Amino acid sequence: MKSAQQIALDVQSGASSALRELDASLAVIHARNDELNVFLYVDEEGARAAAAEIDDKIARGVSVGPLAGVPIAIKDNMCQVGIPTTCSSRILEGWRPPYSATVITRLMAAGAVPVGKTNLDEFAMGSSTENSAFGPTRNPLDPSRVPGGSSGGSAAAVAADMTPVALGSDTGGSIRQPAALCGLIGVKPSYGLVSRYGLIAFASSLDQIGPFSKTVMDSAILLETIAGHDPMDSTSLPEPAPSLSAHVEDGVVGKQIALVRELIDGADPDVVASVTRAVEVLKDAGATIIELSIPELRLGLSAYYLIAPAEASSNLARYDGVRFGLRVDGEDVEAMNTATRTAGFGAEVKRRIMLGTYALSAGYFDAYYGQALKVRTQMIDAFRRAYAQADLLIGATAPSVAFPFGSKTSNPMAMYLSDVFTIPTNLAGEAAISVPFGTGEAGLPTGVQLLGPGRSEAQLFAAARVLEREERGS
Amino acid sequence: MTSLLRREDVAHVAKLARLSLSEEELELYTEQLGQILEHANDMSTLQLDDVAPTAHPFGLINVVRDDIVRPSLSRDVVLAMAPDAEDGRFAVPRIMGEAP
Amino acid sequence: MTLPGSWEMVVGLEVHTELKTATKMFCGCANHFGAEPNTNVCPVCLGLPGSLPVLNERAVELAMAIGIALHSTIAPSTFHRKNYFYPDMPKDFQISQYDLPINSGGYLDLPDGSRVTIERAHLEEDTGKSTHLGGSGRIHGADRSLVDYNRSGVPLVEIVSGPDIRSSAQARAYASELRGILIATGASDGRMEEGSMRIDANVSVRKANEPFGTRCEIKNLNSLRSLHRAIDYEALRQVEVIEDGGVIRQETRHWDENLGVTSTMRTKEEAEDYRYFREPDLVDLAPEQAWQDRIRLALPAMPAERRTTLQARLSAPTPAQLDAVEVVIDLNLERFVNAAIDATIDPVLALARAANELAGGLEGIENLTIEAFCATLHMEQSGQLSATQAKTVLGELLAHGGDPSAIASAKGFEQLSSDSLGSTVETLIAENPDEWSRYREGDEKLAQFFIGQVMKLTKGQANGKAVIAELQSRR
Repeated sequence: MKSAQQIALDVQSGASSALRELDASLAVIHARNDELNVFLYVDEEGARAAAAEIDDKIARGVSVGPLAGVPIAIKDNMCQVGIPTTCSSRILEGWRPPYSATVITRLMAAGAVPVGKTNLDEFAMGSSTENSAFGPTRNPLDPSRVPGGSSGGSAAAVAADMTPVALGSDTGGSIRQPAALCGLIGVKPSYGLVSRYGLIAFASSLDQIGPFSKTVMDSAILLETIAGHDPMDSTSLPEPAPSLSAHVEDGVVGKQIALVRELIDGADPDVVASVTRAVEVLKDAGATIIELSIPELRLGLSAYYLIAPAEASSNLARYDGVRFGLRVDGEDVEAMNTATRTAGFGAEVKRRIMLGTYALSAGYFDAYYGQALKVRTQMIDAFRRAYAQADLLIGATAPSVAFPFGSKTSNPMAMYLSDVFTIPTNLAGEAAISVPFGTGEAGLPTGVQLLGPGRSEAQLFAAARVLEREERGS
Repeated sequence: MTSLLRREDVAHVAKLARLSLSEEELELYTEQLGQILEHANDMSTLQLDDVAPTAHPFGLINVVRDDIVRPSLSRDVVLAMAPDAEDGRFAVPRIMGEAP
Repeated sequence: MTLPGSWEMVVGLEVHTELKTATKMFCGCANHFGAEPNTNVCPVCLGLPGSLPVLNERAVELAMAIGIALHSTIAPSTFHRKNYFYPDMPKDFQISQYDLPINSGGYLDLPDGSRVTIERAHLEEDTGKSTHLGGSGRIHGADRSLVDYNRSGVPLVEIVSGPDIRSSAQARAYASELRGILIATGASDGRMEEGSMRIDANVSVRKANEPFGTRCEIKNLNSLRSLHRAIDYEALRQVEVIEDGGVIRQETRHWDENLGVTSTMRTKEEAEDYRYFREPDLVDLAPEQAWQDRIRLALPAMPAERRTTLQARLSAPTPAQLDAVEVVIDLNLERFVNAAIDATIDPVLALARAANELAGGLEGIENLTIEAFCATLHMEQSGQLSATQAKTVLGELLAHGGDPSAIASAKGFEQLSSDSLGSTVETLIAENPDEWSRYREGDEKLAQFFIGQVMKLTKGQANGKAVIAELQSRR
């Protein structure tokens, strides 16, 4: 499939049209969606109207944006006005938001054509997309395996060539881990770089929206389109979007890159081998490589599994059957709330709501949530010390390649360990990118993770591009 | 920090969160949540009395907006989302207690 | 009311005031009382998935103004979520300030010279409003409820006093003085009947100089009168319970205005676990000194200072005049009184017309210019208008505005020139020779007889002083 960059160039030049590119995308979706369960909703009508408008503008000589005519898949936890938005939960089934997320507005202003909403672990809680109320998504590279999660649908859409790019959200690895398992670029931007307005919250202090793509350049273009200050999000960084695509070819000459022991410890040998080879490639490209140990990273998982559920328990209180979404009747309002939530939420969501409620409750707050916030401080300090020694860090994205369905569903803790390498970045609010590099078991892709401090996206793309050039030869 | 999560703790938390659990679910969740909390005990040995908590990764302050009216949603749109509406308002079954 | 024996009540008040902003606390919906249900709502104040709060700058400034007026310390503060399920609260949590409020400490001095300390004055958001249908229309026995979210997200400041109040009268004076301050700062319109100022009272009793007793929190005090009544009722109830050998349980109690009683709403054991934690969707609030100074400098004089200033213009105020001063300050009418006194009107007359006629016609106060007020009082003072006529002219000015002398002539008040009054007096002297001679001989009471007769003939349009002047000139 063509890259988003190429599609936009072809559409702008008249070599193709937005409608033709949309048809190509829809053809693949129609052919494979039943098998893979990627899209929960395909907005053919809206997409055609948007594509026709782009073509019309071009015909009239009106300027169009950098993503003109690029079909894009949207994780179904972002609001798009009038389009069903479910978070893969029964509790939101049938709800059509009366407003659009800032990212959707910005994408459409840039000429992108949202084609539909993709499957996810319910409320983005999971690492395999098996927690969807509407069935799991299959990995297009091996349909007997998971695509990762929680943004498994968006990753699968790009991996299956349904769309060249997609948006996901990353709270503890939910973009990077499925990107690794599906052989894609996936970016977790610095906290506040992309507006969260219209992203249905899982854990507000950790959530960030970011891109999936097959090429580094496409992710850079997509990210610079959706980034930049948004007055609707108080936690949005105050500055306009940084220039990213202009820095993709900057290379790594003179950069200090640290291989972090805790970001490969426990990973499968084939994954570690890919990271080791990536380090060599970066070194050959002119980077100085050092090795670091950051023991605080080992505490990330524990802190995350208290902080994220605590915030989630509060964010998910509003699903009470009063104003929108599912209602299951009860004889009084409390019974109605309880019946609705009990029927509407799946097991993992209930587990995390209860965990978070417990961590915040009287008598336990200091021992759990309070302690986790202090560990978070330590994590931030540890990263700061590491970035005093190195420009970027490198490690694995996920401990293994894509795993078979059902292999981790019976033990929540085993599933949570899928995110052990990605979680620290979210806790620190920093940036990271997963780059497909090498293969492992069954010829499936392995992901290498590059990490940088807040606002280091341009450097991350430049380093990722070095690895991409090695893998693709161009 | 203790990992001795009891069934009644889980039952209490479920009630606070407005979830109802069957006996089997109560059993299962007590065990699973206990395991997760046990894993979290690796933090309990840390001496962090002097460490300030971080609730938020960046130190932004005083983010405010001007006091200027923006359009509200149309009531038809708002009530169309409602599971039950009556007389321009959201309808709910009887409320048992006063607001705290 | 005084408690029996050596019992003393200990009261602290929590006053919630809605802030007079154009928009809500966290979204651009209009903050407007009385709109059609669910017309001032958006994704943010309905708590729709994906929506995020953004703090209203004006709400912060009004909260700071309140803090400055109450001598509080403005400090870096944070927002927390207070988690509990309730249908009028769209997110099922309330955004409030918890351990770090914007204003800490402070005090309020009352007109009687007592001082009530302020513990804190913090920002939070209001909830929606439920109407209960079926049954009695009250919450108990209703079969369903309807919710309007227009009020959801309206900015509130909660002002918490120390447990310094010792009588229901003092509680009332505190609430009244605080209300005056809220109005003066521009933070609130102080309309208790519209719910823009709501009070909870923490009440306990003790024997003098003993430690504080267990307190009960009384909710639903929607007027100064119910505040007064509820505190008296509750304190007496607690004394009776203790004297009968019982103990007071810490609980939340509901005031029933119709029955005049408090009753248990929730015991301490039933209290919610609110699971407060930092609101991750908002950043810290730390108003810098320059911002605080801007608010401080823009703050007008507070009621206590204005009261002192106005009282100083009266030579030896009577208790009734002090009450009138109170009314004039409460209703923000002293600009009229001050301008009139500056224009050589008798301060007592100016105060009386403001405290009675203007206070009674507040809804039309924009129609009345200070010049028209002064001109009317001048006509009255010089005898051109009787008191009754002056009141009529003021009433007309409040209703429609206009020019006082034009109103007077349109009403026919000008007929009472001294010429026509003189001839009326001469006619009466001729018709009542006995009374006239007794008056001439020094029976001053008969002046009232002649005034009465003149009033009758002129249908009350004459000025009593002018009648006496006419009589004197013929004596």
